[in-house]
Amino acid sequence: MHHANPLNLNRLEPAEGRPFEFSSMPPSVRRMKEDNGMKTKHLIHVAGLCLAASTASAQTPVLTVYTYDSFVSDWGPGPAVEAAFEETCGCDLQFVGAGDGAALMSRIRLEGSATEADIVLGLDNSLMAAASETGLFAPHGVTADYDLPVAWTDETFVPFDWGYFAFVSDSETPAPADFRALADSDLSIVIQDPRSSTPGLGLLTWVKASYGDEAAAIWEALADNIVTVTPGWSEAYGLFLEGEADAVLSYTTSPAYHLIAEEDASKTAWIFDEGHYMQIEVAAKLAASDNSDLADEFLSFMVSDAFQSIIPTTNWMYPAVAPDAGLPDGFGEVVAPEKALFLAPEEAAALRDAAIEEWRAALAR
Amino acid sequence: MARGSRPLIFPKWPSVAAAALVLFLVLGTLLAVLWRAEGSLSLAAADLAAIRFTISQAIVSAVLSVGLAIPVARALARRQFRGRALFVTLLGAPFILPVIVAIIGLLAVFGRGGLVNAVTDALGLPSLQIYGFQGVVLAHVFFNLPLATRFLLQGWLSIPSERFRLAESLNAPVFRVLEWPMLRAVVPGALLAVFLICLTSFAVALTLGGGPRATTVELAIYQAIRFDFDLGKAAVLSIVQLTLCAAAVLAATTLAIPEGFGAGLDRSTPRWDGQTRAARIRDGLVITLAALFLLVPLAMIVLRGLPGLTSLPPSVWEAAIRSIAVALCATALTLLLAFALATQQGRALTLIGNLPLATSSLVVGTGLFVIVYGFVSPTRIALGVTVLLNAVMSLPFVLRILLPEIERVETDFGRLADSLRLTGWRRLRWLYLPRLRRPVGFAAGLSAALSMGDLGVIALFATDRQETLPLAMYRLMGAYRMEAAASAALVLVALSLLLFWVFDRGGRVDADA
Repeated sequence: MHHANPLNLNRLEPAEGRPFEFSSMPPSVRRMKEDNGMKTKHLIHVAGLCLAASTASAQTPVLTVYTYDSFVSDWGPGPAVEAAFEETCGCDLQFVGAGDGAALMSRIRLEGSATEADIVLGLDNSLMAAASETGLFAPHGVTADYDLPVAWTDETFVPFDWGYFAFVSDSETPAPADFRALADSDLSIVIQDPRSSTPGLGLLTWVKASYGDEAAAIWEALADNIVTVTPGWSEAYGLFLEGEADAVLSYTTSPAYHLIAEEDASKTAWIFDEGHYMQIEVAAKLAASDNSDLADEFLSFMVSDAFQSIIPTTNWMYPAVAPDAGLPDGFGEVVAPEKALFLAPEEAAALRDAAIEEWRAALAR
Repeated sequence: MARGSRPLIFPKWPSVAAAALVLFLVLGTLLAVLWRAEGSLSLAAADLAAIRFTISQAIVSAVLSVGLAIPVARALARRQFRGRALFVTLLGAPFILPVIVAIIGLLAVFGRGGLVNAVTDALGLPSLQIYGFQGVVLAHVFFNLPLATRFLLQGWLSIPSERFRLAESLNAPVFRVLEWPMLRAVVPGALLAVFLICLTSFAVALTLGGGPRATTVELAIYQAIRFDFDLGKAAVLSIVQLTLCAAAVLAATTLAIPEGFGAGLDRSTPRWDGQTRAARIRDGLVITLAALFLLVPLAMIVLRGLPGLTSLPPSVWEAAIRSIAVALCATALTLLLAFALATQQGRALTLIGNLPLATSSLVVGTGLFVIVYGFVSPTRIALGVTVLLNAVMSLPFVLRILLPEIERVETDFGRLADSLRLTGWRRLRWLYLPRLRRPVGFAAGLSAALSMGDLGVIALFATDRQETLPLAMYRLMGAYRMEAAASAALVLVALSLLLFWVFDRGGRVDADA
């Protein structure tokens, strides 16, 4: 874990049992700490910390980036991204994990223009319309040679990774060719609830984009294949790994995780003839940011090789810009859909309420 | 009678202050959410269906949990066996498990690929289908049967042992003269607690419910806040939950009839009744079945967590230390609040003590966020807020344990204390604390363990550097690290149980001498 963050030191938490981050103190303070008795040690300690904190805040600008939880976890992209950006920016990059993508969105709405965030990273195409509506975000000036199946022209949101939604199963499980074949089969699936999860909402839009008015009939036919509906991606994926269903709604890139991180080649993604709906994850700068230039710098960094090369094996998604060194080995084995489905964010948002009601009615029977 | 004189014995301000804090967190936050609301204040047909489902599953879960707890508590009350103390401690475990951990433990036993279906498949029997209404109820019974058992066990242990001897020597039916009156006093409260816990169920209902049929009010609140940002609707749904809570409290306090066993010599002796061969076998069977139902899923959680234990990242251990600190602070605060409230009496107190159970933690968190935002950065106070909310959320359980015991102490020794002019702090110190070691230990243990496992609102406030253990576990799951998450879950369960054991044991040291 990354501790080189002097500003954080003034958040004293005495009850924690690990009150101060010792290793990141100046050597002089550290020596004194070792030499002195308990009480003076404590005083010097606090004085040193305050000093470190005040000098740090006088010199180093802080860039605050709100993101979703798994981005900042030890194995997520957060720690490596922070180290790489701080090498060049002369700043202190602070990630704030705020639940999942939807939680991130509601937090920004709650905070409004008074937010401390300079950047929000981790919204996706299903949340973009709502995010635009808030008017909280500022246009970016980033240009990049995107490696996306769709042309990207949005002036507010910068994409940093993307993936195709897909059902992931064991390789031995016979793969259905499309939703109809899945519905006709005895195969069991776990999906996420579109009312609480962005992948769940992605699946809903996928079916709607593929079948339009027939979507309700598809859901009714799928009802007996659906083992259960979970609140979020983690629960669904956990249930699948526990053997509760033949397949789970995830991404075509999920098998790459098992291949690279666990050397397990037994997972595969089902490729459907209808095509696959895409999730594009984006970041944007807040209009109210005090560090507008630094925020711009971060967005440019985000589409640079230093950031993009971290994404595949930490976030397990396709990078938005092809890394110089190409994709890691396991990603070569990822099966790619022949057809990409994508709805403009406003179009997807307009469909949503009716599609959720259709879904609910079909499955509640 | 001691009852009426208590307001004179204790000053009023501590209970008023404690009640004000609870009301602020429950209703103040709700008002804050309403204040920020932009959306409509109406309910759709889907919401009404969610309300119906929520109530029906909560009633069935409560009746089953408490109904099954009666024979288990009875068997535990009158049997002494090797490992009984350990079993009673482990009974605390299911209740404090993070929901997803418990679900995966249950599925390892009852799921499609679980132990039960392995047996039925081998025997050629039809397989057990867990997903649906039955799955929701099964999980709620798994969570709440142990809690109800502990509440009832407390009731059984509170019957003075001399009464059992007396009944025995008079050849009187123990059940009718002793156990039934005790159950009349304790069961409504236990039913109420389980009903309220199930009322706000979210992940259990959704994950095991099998789909949108099993939509609860809490899920509707989640959707309203997270996806629609319809705070008005979230507030209205939260009001529905609180109204249901108030109605349930009213029903339970009307049903409960206080027992009146009078004073014993205030020590326990072995039971003389129920020693027939048939009774022994029956009790043994009940305990074995309960142990299998509760402990096998726990064992599966332990087995899943062991392999990754040594390779857990340091941040998980840091989160564990943070969680312990949060749990200890929350426990101290909740005991303080409970004693402050317990110095006064009445239905209003019961309602205030139960309201936290029916609140949606998402609404409370959002409301608190709205209130503090603008004064202080939410991330700065994340751990403080977590302590506060965990303390208030475990208050109903602590009060449920302490109130009857305080009542009993007052009935038994109140007049003696009055004659000694023990008032205020001195009454607390010399009358209550020495008599209440066992329930205080149990209450503190439960509160500490609950605070360890509760994800609460930390997700809304925390940064990556302040994560608690449950949050760390969820973040691992979100990053595909299911094995590490399973190990983090094991650490969480072990630490929660350890805290629970230390307090519970501490309360019992010397108590049975």
